[in-house]
Amino acid sequence: MHRAPKQPSPCCFLPLAGPPAKCYYEALAMPDTSALILATLALGEAAVGFRGRIVALDMSRAHAAGLPRSELERRLLELGFVEGADVELLHQGLFGGDPIAVRVADATIALRRREAMAIMVVGEEALP
Amino acid sequence: MNAGLELAPGVAPTVALVGNPNCGKTALFNALTGSRQKVANYPGVTVEKKTGRLTTPAGRAVTVVDLPGTYSLRARSPDEEITRDVVLGKAKSEQAPDLVVCVGDASNLRLALRLVLELKHVGRPVMLVLNMMDIARRRGIEIDMAKLGGELGVPVVSSVAVRRGGTDQLLGEIDRALAGLPKIAPADWRPPGAGELRGAQREADRILRSALRGTGRPDSGTNRADAILLHPVAGLVILLAILFVMFQAVFAWARPLMDVISEGFTWLGVQVGEAAFLPDLLRSFLKDGVIAGVGSVIVFLPQIVILFFFILVLEDLGYMARAAFLMDKIMGGAGLHGRAFIPLLSSFACAIPGIMATRVIDDRRDRLTTILVAPLMTCSARIPVYTLIISAFIPDREVWGWVGLQGLVMFGLYATGIVGALAVSFVAKRLFWRTTAGEPFMLEMPGYKIPQLRSLALGVWARALAFLKRAGTTILSMMILIWVLASFPGAPEGATEPAITYSLAAMIGHAIEPITMPLGFNWQINVALIPGMAAREVAVGALGTIYAIDGGDGAAAKIGQVLAGQWSLATALALLAWYVFAPQCASTLAVIRRETGGWKWMWTTFGYMLALAYVAALATFQIARALGAG
Repeated sequence: MHRAPKQPSPCCFLPLAGPPAKCYYEALAMPDTSALILATLALGEAAVGFRGRIVALDMSRAHAAGLPRSELERRLLELGFVEGADVELLHQGLFGGDPIAVRVADATIALRRREAMAIMVVGEEALP
Repeated sequence: MNAGLELAPGVAPTVALVGNPNCGKTALFNALTGSRQKVANYPGVTVEKKTGRLTTPAGRAVTVVDLPGTYSLRARSPDEEITRDVVLGKAKSEQAPDLVVCVGDASNLRLALRLVLELKHVGRPVMLVLNMMDIARRRGIEIDMAKLGGELGVPVVSSVAVRRGGTDQLLGEIDRALAGLPKIAPADWRPPGAGELRGAQREADRILRSALRGTGRPDSGTNRADAILLHPVAGLVILLAILFVMFQAVFAWARPLMDVISEGFTWLGVQVGEAAFLPDLLRSFLKDGVIAGVGSVIVFLPQIVILFFFILVLEDLGYMARAAFLMDKIMGGAGLHGRAFIPLLSSFACAIPGIMATRVIDDRRDRLTTILVAPLMTCSARIPVYTLIISAFIPDREVWGWVGLQGLVMFGLYATGIVGALAVSFVAKRLFWRTTAGEPFMLEMPGYKIPQLRSLALGVWARALAFLKRAGTTILSMMILIWVLASFPGAPEGATEPAITYSLAAMIGHAIEPITMPLGFNWQINVALIPGMAAREVAVGALGTIYAIDGGDGAAAKIGQVLAGQWSLATALALLAWYVFAPQCASTLAVIRRETGGWKWMWTTFGYMLALAYVAALATFQIARALGAG
């Protein structure tokens, strides 16, 4: 049975500029302390060796042009990129550091940085 | 009331295997059904349909269907649509499954558990198999199966598909499930939205946490290997080295076996040639038509076996996904999707499975671009032609002390095909689509696994059989046609030229000479190119037939020497260039028509390849002649 899902509130879909919204952390029951906000970045801009936790999928940040955003979001979810999952950036390609190989829980997924821009993460050192 | 009783007598219950890609589903299918399996196509689409039979410990005959791997029933490709339709009982040709068995990799269950939650909505009995249990245990992962089954609400069993007796528990559970099948409920599945997917994955994560005993160690072997194999620079160097070794092996390792086969056919030809009790015409037909023709193609069986062996090993090892990762950016620069790497690599064996494998690319435009360039990858049918010409014209010596010159030329021909494909896709992307943005590249990279000898053997055997079958049907009939063309009408009384000069084949060859003259092709090559349209390798047999009849006894065994005496180096190089690009394969064109659902892309492919082949051969011949090789 699918449990009644918690729909992300609209404030999650903010323009690229400015600090991340409070609701990023709601799903994880995390306090939106300034330390957390400062430690939030897109997986698409993380460096090799980064370890952290997914706090939101913010589709407004995805640079994907080939696919509707709602479809891209569902594909990311189907590969296990869900809020609360632990991630580690394992490898990157030679040209422009693209694509990247990301460990999500027990699986390793390859994807391009422009799609990974939608995956908002907090580094492990900032996690409560 | 149970569904087992509803089945008509004599109809075996059907069990469908569903699972994520790389979960070991096919290994499990092989273990369950052994050799009692058959591969066909689903009607109307070209998705491979694998069914097999098994008998349960209780003596129940069961039909097993191995469905294409998927993360979700929300289908995005023709393969995944088949999985969805069969599971939902909507596939017209298929009996709806009486039991859905979801296969999950025991050390990587997260995504499989979400799929189970989704499968529970199809209204059919579901069972979860934790496959590769041995690997999970070795990594210290302990799963409380009773707890997992209780939380999921479906029976859970474990299996080790690659070990004898590893599927006993599963077979017993299938028996139990089929004996007491609950009434099939109406399906309430509908494509889940993002919110539902989130909810289901969180639920799956919660269930997994509750059932896991011991956190397990990371797959350190895979991690260590990836540190090198996915290294931005070293990884690419290793990938290129693997490809280089592969092509050297195809050329060098096969040699002794090829010599044996070739000698065997020569011996057979001599025996038939000396069989005085046969009429002259029949003797010539058997010796020059059938034995020389088919023999000259079958001789390449060792090379094809070696090539498929390499491709299957890389696939089973889990390296193919890494290769796609390493190549994504490079291929993306040419307008190709990273996922196109696997279909294109398969095209090195044969463009037909390669084109069929493009179904893993969800986006239609990315897929069409890949289909368009797949025939430029050097397929195994070109090997006979390349080998023949290279061994006749390229000296067998070493350069830089360790690299065989012949192997180097072979590598160069492969490289030309690859560069050609990248250039064509670069142009196609801008010409046809006027865009550079495409489908996202997302791919799971499985843990490395030692390939199983048995499944390798099964795979190579199936390919070798397919090649031999082709040699016995298409190629044999083409050989007979060539022999007829080359033998009739016979030479007139008092003729001074060899008999073939007066034949139908010579007339056709002469008729198109004005077109092929600038390429340096003589009429014998023209004759060989015509049946070569049916299948590339036929050209070798055709040349053998033409020159065997032309040159008399013993020539068939030494086509190469004859060619070296009759052609200039410029002609030989021009023919090689022609073969890199020419659309010389009717079956490939037929598959393109079928896969793209129309004539347009088939003719586009045919036209651009023919144009490229002509230009390439023309340039090669004229330049080589200008440099004094004419």
